[in-house]
Amino acid sequence: MGEALPVAGRERQRAVAQALRAFLPERAVLWQEEDTRPYECDGLTAYRQVPMVVALPETEAQVQEILRACHALQVPVVPRGAGTGLSGGALPPGDGVLLSLAKFMRIVRVDPVARIAVVQPGVRNLAISDAAAPYGLYYAPDPSSQIACTIGGNVAENSGGVHCLKYGLTVHNVLRVRGYAADGEPLDFGAEALDAPGFDLLALVVGSEGMLAVATEITVKLLPKPPAARVVMASFDDLQKAGDAVAAVIAAGIIPAGLEMMDRPATRAVEEFVGAGYDLEAAAILLCEADGLPEEVEDEIAKVKEVLTRAGATRLTVSRDEAERLRFWSGRKAAFPAMGRISPDYYCMDGTIPRKRLGEVLGFIGDLEKKYGLRCPNVFHAGDGNLHPLILFDANDAGELKRTEAFAAEVLEKCVAVGGTITGEHGVGVEKINEMCVQFGSEELELFHAVKRAYDPAGLLNPGKAVPTLARCAEFGRRHVHAGALPHARLPRF
Amino acid sequence: MAERLRERIREAAGRAAPLRLRGAGSKDFYGGTLRGEVLDTRAHAGIVDYEPTELVVTARCGTPLAELEGALAAQGQMLAFEPPHFGSGATLGGCVAAGLSGPRRAAAGALRDFVLGARLIDGRARELAFGGRVMKNVAGYDVSRLLAGSLGTLGLILEVSFKVLPRPATEHTLRLELPQHKALESLNRWAGAPLPVSASAWRDGELWVRLSGAERVVRAAALKLGGDALEGAHAGRFWSGIREQTDPWFAGDVPLWRLSLPSAAAPLELAGAPLIEWGGALRWLRSRADAATVRAAAAAAGGHATLFRGGDKAAGVFAPLAPALARLHRELKAAFDPAGVLNPGRLYPDF
Repeated sequence: MGEALPVAGRERQRAVAQALRAFLPERAVLWQEEDTRPYECDGLTAYRQVPMVVALPETEAQVQEILRACHALQVPVVPRGAGTGLSGGALPPGDGVLLSLAKFMRIVRVDPVARIAVVQPGVRNLAISDAAAPYGLYYAPDPSSQIACTIGGNVAENSGGVHCLKYGLTVHNVLRVRGYAADGEPLDFGAEALDAPGFDLLALVVGSEGMLAVATEITVKLLPKPPAARVVMASFDDLQKAGDAVAAVIAAGIIPAGLEMMDRPATRAVEEFVGAGYDLEAAAILLCEADGLPEEVEDEIAKVKEVLTRAGATRLTVSRDEAERLRFWSGRKAAFPAMGRISPDYYCMDGTIPRKRLGEVLGFIGDLEKKYGLRCPNVFHAGDGNLHPLILFDANDAGELKRTEAFAAEVLEKCVAVGGTITGEHGVGVEKINEMCVQFGSEELELFHAVKRAYDPAGLLNPGKAVPTLARCAEFGRRHVHAGALPHARLPRF
Repeated sequence: MAERLRERIREAAGRAAPLRLRGAGSKDFYGGTLRGEVLDTRAHAGIVDYEPTELVVTARCGTPLAELEGALAAQGQMLAFEPPHFGSGATLGGCVAAGLSGPRRAAAGALRDFVLGARLIDGRARELAFGGRVMKNVAGYDVSRLLAGSLGTLGLILEVSFKVLPRPATEHTLRLELPQHKALESLNRWAGAPLPVSASAWRDGELWVRLSGAERVVRAAALKLGGDALEGAHAGRFWSGIREQTDPWFAGDVPLWRLSLPSAAAPLELAGAPLIEWGGALRWLRSRADAATVRAAAAAAGGHATLFRGGDKAAGVFAPLAPALARLHRELKAAFDPAGVLNPGRLYPDF
């Protein structure tokens, strides 16, 4: 648990709260611990810190004033959306202001002709698609936490979802981000046109984990909703065969709307939980979804079935209707809560690997299970190589926690070693900051710091996240990972 | 080879001598003034890694774009953003530095959308690697996408990894006769419906639409949209003419403006009829109107205008930036190239 503020900090707290109260109503400035405690962590609960002050602005002018005031007082500021992030990107500063954008919940405009939605950052991901639905449109990126996560957080993390092989990540679906720099200067990246002059600063701000700017208005692209979707569920008696089947689907010129894999430990855990109808004898199952016009879906499903049969699928089931399609997906989406049922704690990794190395990496993980005496079911965004191994452990057992950390560290290092990355979609935040030393050399890290300075020379916006200092990398040498379990344990994830 | 390029940059930075990074020079016409000694990137060539089932290709900057596209086509794949070559010998490095996308852009995405990773040499002659060869990667700032369209001002792009896509099973092109405002209205309406439109071009009262995808879907859409079908080879020549600007519409020496606008923006009140691509979002204009007039019209419509070819570059090639963004550009430039030796003035006159 984060410490409450030491007495020495009280004066500073009073000064900052007072400065903010000069232009914010009383209800918009929280500083008493009972009010600030709920903000002590985001979705990564292993890291907690009660913020010195929480600010809850309602207007852009207030956001600007907060940033100006904090800049004048040299107080760190951490922006936060719904707090569902999984890497501690919104971990508050004990000596700073947590800037909650929760009140920015307005859908400013849905333009069905131009196929865009202009929304405030606190709007939930799913609320955008709901608002666009009457026009037959939707917002494509669908992180599994989409009922709760906000578009502001999606922009900060460049969130993905189960459909991103075909429809892209947040960066591919956002047209414009308006907001403020750390010193309160207004910024406007991108445009309602498809590009803007100069450097692509829109691409740079997406996924910057709230370190370059605070977004106050986001314009997203809306796509026509595919009229039909069906999913094929395929069983394999061998993990490598399932991996090869994924390659075979791609080789056949198919880009499925979704392509997910689960190994047997994962299917067994979820089947008990939701009864999705999975084949529990299979070493792995693949879910492959086709969407589009009905005739397109029909053709693609036929082709997928043929390819998967040739690839050695032992059983194939095609969803007959929407209810069955959703049932097949329900198991996948419930994978994380299901782990919560069979283990006191679980630690989720987020590495991405080239798909062709899947068999090797899963074999490696299997060896680590034996080495550390811990179970590790795997769910996998197979289409884009994003692996979510889930180490099951008991946080109350210090030995297990330690072994989990070492286990996770080896897996992430393996991801880097096979040409992949330490984080595909959850972000670095505080959680993987040491792994950044494995992924990047000191010169790249130095450049990241230089980019940060270009936007925020005083280093006040979300300091200490995402990019480690060179001193930190030197100190840690080989990095070590902290474990964290999820709050909102029943919220669908990934 | 990369070591030799680094040495040249280190040496030039040491004496603050501008370098002009250049592949085949097919895009010399594009952007601001060309200054400095030429640093030819063509010797650093070749496809480093191509795994069709990973949907990823990695190639060095000097690789001819045609060679890369040929290798992809042999596996039934493509660069989905259809980059223009603007001349034989166009290289991958120049393609990324220019950041330009072709007819499929509105449907498939822009060049920057397909960049997965890059290696570069920055202005301090450091060889740096960002992103990777995987589809999803959120470790660190997205520097590789930032290189797309940076015109070599941030670093020498050594190597790029792209996401590639399968070529569509079928393509079919239609021609309809429609006045400009009707064409814009139709294009925006179609884009809001599940139709396989992969490219569009309107000029002189005629609208060409390309449909791509599964055969049954393309056939059904063609019936729905109407118009006259174009025979395959003819259609191919037409789209190549649009992509490479060899279509007769682009001939002549009247300055060519590129206006990037919201797709639904009404026809602009500017002298000269446009050629419209990207479902209305890209409008080419041949006009001798002064830069301020063109830029004001583009800005009023929610977009921006670039003096793409010809004309008087003294008024600036790219739309001026708001002061806050101009400052960020200068700061980023200083972070990548403190001595200011890489393609100075190519993007904006002040760096």
